[in-house]
Amino acid sequence: MKLLYFPGCTLKTSAKNLEKSAFAIMEKLGHELKEMDDWTCCGVVSSLSDDDLMRHLAPLRSLIHVEDEGEDKVVTLCDMCCNTLKQTNLRVKEKSDDLETLNAFMDRENDYKGTVTVYHFLEFLRDEVGFATLKKMVKNPLKGIKIMPYYGCMMLRPREVAIDDAEEPKILSDLLSVLGAEVIDNPFKIECCGSYHTIENKKIVSNRAHRITNYALERGSDAIMLSCPLCRFNLDVRGKEAEKLFKAYKQIPVYYYTQLIAIALGLDPTVCGFDEHAVDPSLLLKKKGVYKK
Amino acid sequence: MPRKKLPKNKEISKIVFKKGDLAKEVEELSGENLFGCYQCGTCSAGCPYVEDMDLTPDEVIRYIVLDRPEVLNCKTIWLCSACFTCAERCPRDINITKIMEACRQIVLRKKIDRTQAQKIPKKEREAIPQIAFVSLFRKNIG
Repeated sequence: MKLLYFPGCTLKTSAKNLEKSAFAIMEKLGHELKEMDDWTCCGVVSSLSDDDLMRHLAPLRSLIHVEDEGEDKVVTLCDMCCNTLKQTNLRVKEKSDDLETLNAFMDRENDYKGTVTVYHFLEFLRDEVGFATLKKMVKNPLKGIKIMPYYGCMMLRPREVAIDDAEEPKILSDLLSVLGAEVIDNPFKIECCGSYHTIENKKIVSNRAHRITNYALERGSDAIMLSCPLCRFNLDVRGKEAEKLFKAYKQIPVYYYTQLIAIALGLDPTVCGFDEHAVDPSLLLKKKGVYKK
Repeated sequence: MPRKKLPKNKEISKIVFKKGDLAKEVEELSGENLFGCYQCGTCSAGCPYVEDMDLTPDEVIRYIVLDRPEVLNCKTIWLCSACFTCAERCPRDINITKIMEACRQIVLRKKIDRTQAQKIPKKEREAIPQIAFVSLFRKNIG
């Protein structure tokens, strides 16, 4: 199956490893991710004021380009892109007046017909590939590794665009079980990582990273698995900085789910780009004997 | 409710509202019914930033309902990162996230920016994911 892919800005800069590992998994699964010919920044945060239609333009333009390529599905890797594209898609499908205004404004684009469905890559793995199929393909089970799944906000809220239950999600823990890891539950798994405060309020974000991770540590977790590039940065980098704020606190490695799938499927670890993380994620895998090179 | 000491921003304090207009404007921007709030505090209990806030989210709503424009000076509206936890949990189905955004928008639309982009150090600009910058600018710059 060929699937159209919307990358977004971060996947091309600070989260190249998320993209690379996802492409490698898709190839292994016998599917193909095809990057859109023409995409722009999604705007990252969806407009929350009712009168502000302008902020729906960027995501809508990319949705139009999906239709231009003759597709009705588009998949994203970034949680924030997924959320923004889904919210705009929902708004224009529900409010035809808004769609009319936006279509009229973009005179160089074709009109959006509303045929596109936006998917998170995790949704594709769960609903189209199926975790059972994935399980059959696991070569290096992540045996003996205790991992806390971390969801953050954007894949769960608001509920209209969520890919799982907002309070008790299980998509990541199900995935971890399939990969052979031991799942460590944590009530902070659905709490915000600090988001964009990482620019101006580093300390708040370090505190958040500490709170989220420390609970996992107390429950014996070896690592964290997540999906969003900003959550990765905050838990990994700001979490590492939290070592200076909290005595005896030691940051644990943070993985993208795509990296762990790649390792479990026995793919070349270089597709994971582990060197882009603050806490080296390869050490734990080597220690547990699943990192084969 | 005792009056809390809020930081005072000269520019923000200049924004004037006719009686009752603050609540009206917030409701128009957010599309939410502020008067539906029965002050249970569920939003504040679940808010990940509440310990750094000067007003709790339910207090922000109360300030607006009581027509106190000094609420626009509070840190709370800028600390909200739109994680939607409060909106998800509100038993009155009020989207508090949108109310916070409305407060920010009232300030930003008076051309009062919260963030000075040029003050962000170069090293940070290179290391932090782009999505963080776009979000920050969309939330803090009008």
